Amino acid sequence: MSNYLLIPFLPLAAFLINILFGRKYLKENSHWVSILAVAGSWIVTVATLFDVLAGRVINEDLYSWIVSGEFKVSVGFLIDQLTAVMLIVVTTCSTLIHIYSVGYMHGDKGYYRFFAYLSLFTFCMLMLVMANNFLQLYFGWEGVGLCSYFLIGYYFDKKSASDAGKKAFIVNRFGDFGFGLGIIMIFLTFGTIYYEPVFSQAKGFASQTINFLGYDVHLMTLIALLLFCGSIGKSAQMPLHVWLPDAMEGPTPVSALIHAATMVTAGVFLVARCSPIFSLSETALMIVALTGAITSLFAATIGLVQNDIKRIIAYSTISQLGYMFLAAGVGAYTAGMFHLYTHAFFKALLFLCAGSVMHAMSGELDLQKMGGLKKYMPVTYWTMLFASLSIAGVPGFAGFFSKDEILWLAYSGSSPVGKFVWVIGTVVAFLTAFYSFRLIFLTFHGKFRGTHEQEHHLHESPKAMTIPLVILCIGAVASGWVGIPHLLGGGAHFTEFLKPVLGHPEAHGTHAEEWMVMAISIIAGFSGIGLAALFYLVKTDIPVMLTQKFNAAYKILWNKYYVDELYSFIIVRPAIWTAKNILIGITDARIIEAVVNGVPKGIGEFSRILRKVQTGLLQHYAAIMALGVLIIVAMMLLR
Amino acid sequence: MVPLNWYLMLSAVVFMIGVFGFLTRRNIIIMFMSIELMLNAVNISLVAFSHYLQDMRGQILVIFIITVAAAEAAIGLAIIIALFRNKDTVHVDEMNEMKG
Amino acid sequence: MLPELFFGYFAAVIILLSVIVITRRNPVHSVMWMLLLFFHIAGLYLFLNAEFIAAIQVIVYAGAILVLFLFVLLLLNLREELKVKRFVGAWPAGLFITTAILVIVLGAVKSFVPGPAGKYSIEFIKQETHTKALGKLLYTDYLFPFEIASLVLLVAIIGAIVLAKRKTRSK
Repeated sequence: MSNYLLIPFLPLAAFLINILFGRKYLKENSHWVSILAVAGSWIVTVATLFDVLAGRVINEDLYSWIVSGEFKVSVGFLIDQLTAVMLIVVTTCSTLIHIYSVGYMHGDKGYYRFFAYLSLFTFCMLMLVMANNFLQLYFGWEGVGLCSYFLIGYYFDKKSASDAGKKAFIVNRFGDFGFGLGIIMIFLTFGTIYYEPVFSQAKGFASQTINFLGYDVHLMTLIALLLFCGSIGKSAQMPLHVWLPDAMEGPTPVSALIHAATMVTAGVFLVARCSPIFSLSETALMIVALTGAITSLFAATIGLVQNDIKRIIAYSTISQLGYMFLAAGVGAYTAGMFHLYTHAFFKALLFLCAGSVMHAMSGELDLQKMGGLKKYMPVTYWTMLFASLSIAGVPGFAGFFSKDEILWLAYSGSSPVGKFVWVIGTVVAFLTAFYSFRLIFLTFHGKFRGTHEQEHHLHESPKAMTIPLVILCIGAVASGWVGIPHLLGGGAHFTEFLKPVLGHPEAHGTHAEEWMVMAISIIAGFSGIGLAALFYLVKTDIPVMLTQKFNAAYKILWNKYYVDELYSFIIVRPAIWTAKNILIGITDARIIEAVVNGVPKGIGEFSRILRKVQTGLLQHYAAIMALGVLIIVAMMLLR
Repeated sequence: MVPLNWYLMLSAVVFMIGVFGFLTRRNIIIMFMSIELMLNAVNISLVAFSHYLQDMRGQILVIFIITVAAAEAAIGLAIIIALFRNKDTVHVDEMNEMKG
Repeated sequence: MLPELFFGYFAAVIILLSVIVITRRNPVHSVMWMLLLFFHIAGLYLFLNAEFIAAIQVIVYAGAILVLFLFVLLLLNLREELKVKRFVGAWPAGLFITTAILVIVLGAVKSFVPGPAGKYSIEFIKQETHTKALGKLLYTDYLFPFEIASLVLLVAIIGAIVLAKRKTRSK
């Protein structure tokens, strides 16, 4: 049963092989190493999943990592139900996206590098989800952040790409700072950073308070919120969401794997993993729920008007991540994880389809220049349509079940903000359906609006790309069937599966209410689709008219609520000003350089004087030596 | 009986003459001979000690000193030959390659 | 009275010859005076009952080292040596330093106290013979330094050959 170690270490081996030998020896064959490794991981993961289904939970230390007095950390692995779900999501998406990349990245000059980073990312992500202590979690957390940086800036000769990479990395610093503090707080409180003792002792600290910056703060709230800081950064929630849309500068498979299916969901995973801590603090949960709800509404509204195909999906990702936090915030961790799991499939699929479209359009991203692609690329069209139906929450598709579960538990749960976030969630469901289908209609229906040359070039993507699309499409449609609620005659297996780890909130509602919530969400979804169809298929002049009529609102949305500009004004520009005028101008040039140049200069001057002593004449040295003898002898006599 | 101190004084005088020669002569060969002179001065005191303290170790030391002096003379003279070949001089005040 | 006279003669001659050796203009003359000096030192050794040391003083110093000096002097062209200055310009400084040390040391000699006497009394050496006594000690207690000394000589032989044999760099 120790073969679970293969899961993270196969990708690591692939990374090492690719990075060491890729450039010279493997070149165009680099993908074989990575794909075989990830596929191997996937097979082992499936085997492990069956073990976990049979009720065997693994919690083992591999070796001692750091031992320092009280502080002991091992590289250790915990594979329980929650980890198993994440493992399946990560390895499945990773395998398919690796295969997809063979087609997408074909002929790129950094081919081996791409696969090396992709494998490294997979390794880090697996270490993250398999950790049995917070430090290893943090290792994986930073590791995926690093890979994200590498891969966003993959086209590093493009300034916007390298800038986006830096932005992602720096914005994440803010969140990770809090996360790091959170881990320190956990250590200070519990004296250990292993999950198991921490979570089992957490209840004992439930009512403890701590003096923080002069205020008495509820200890568990503080820890939970500090951990949540990390989640906000990694999962691109308000107010640290700004890096994710820019991250779309990376290659599309990266967007699909890292910035949709796996890495960004790490924040949700963290909250779910730490649910014993979060559950002890009503305040923290409320903040989580509100952050999620507001972010999801905020991102969805921005998504309405954007024209960049990948950015729309990026905002959609932010919005859906908000949904997951919303679920976690009302205590419905299982629902959040369920949505994470279904979302991984349909969102990865959406991205890969977008990549396929880009591939056909020679890198064009502007929706306004597409249209009518349906007949050129049927596979992409149908798979993307299914993904959109899924995200829009059309009954029967995966997204429907997870979204419905979230909304129902928000409505019926005991959270004080439950009803409020339910309303927002429903509105977001409507908006999601709208912008998703806006994307579909503008891309695949109507007339082609691009250049003649582009039209001539249109083609369906190669098999290496379409096959993963089809497989993911099956996931996007069917992955939700493992969690069909009791109401619809299903077994809610997913919830039951995760119950031992995450528990399950009690729903205080009647069947009638449950039907109502479901009906409202279905109506919201369909009306969104319908409205999109009306706007972009039937009366295509309405959107234009609306933008003119509500010009101010449109401008705000188009400029993403001016958040980037605000940050630039508050943080970036003062930081750059300080760096330029104070750090470079005074500290660096006046102080450090003065010291750095002055010391050697002083030594040089001194030695210029001192070296006159070195006459090179033998007898001078001998005379000085004799003089020394004289002095020493005289001193001994005079003493 | 001649007192031991006389020998020591003789040794000191010869030694300091050697030091003076080493410090002041320009000819490197004479400087070399000054070194031999100093070694001999030390030998005198060692033999004197050996005699007066009735201990053979002083004379053993003298034998080693003579050995080392022989080795040193061989090496030193070889260096002088090499030096003269390259510099065409035996005057140390004309050599200051090590000047800082 | 006789021993003091003996010592007085040797000491005076040794000091005189030392001064002559370091002041001669011609190095060949210096070497010749030094030969005489070494014979006198050997005489002093005999006076101190160290006949073996006196013998090697004559054989090694006078017979080998000084001959080596002479060889080298003959290899070098020192004709102009006879016309140039003998001393460096700052010789009074050297004189001052050496005299000062000498005065101090001579002053210090008075307070010298010899340690306890060993077993090698004159009678003992007479019975054992000097060379045998020395040899016994050298090949037993001082065997290891003795071997090292032989190694030093070997290195010196090789070193001297290597150094003296090297041709000028231009070739």
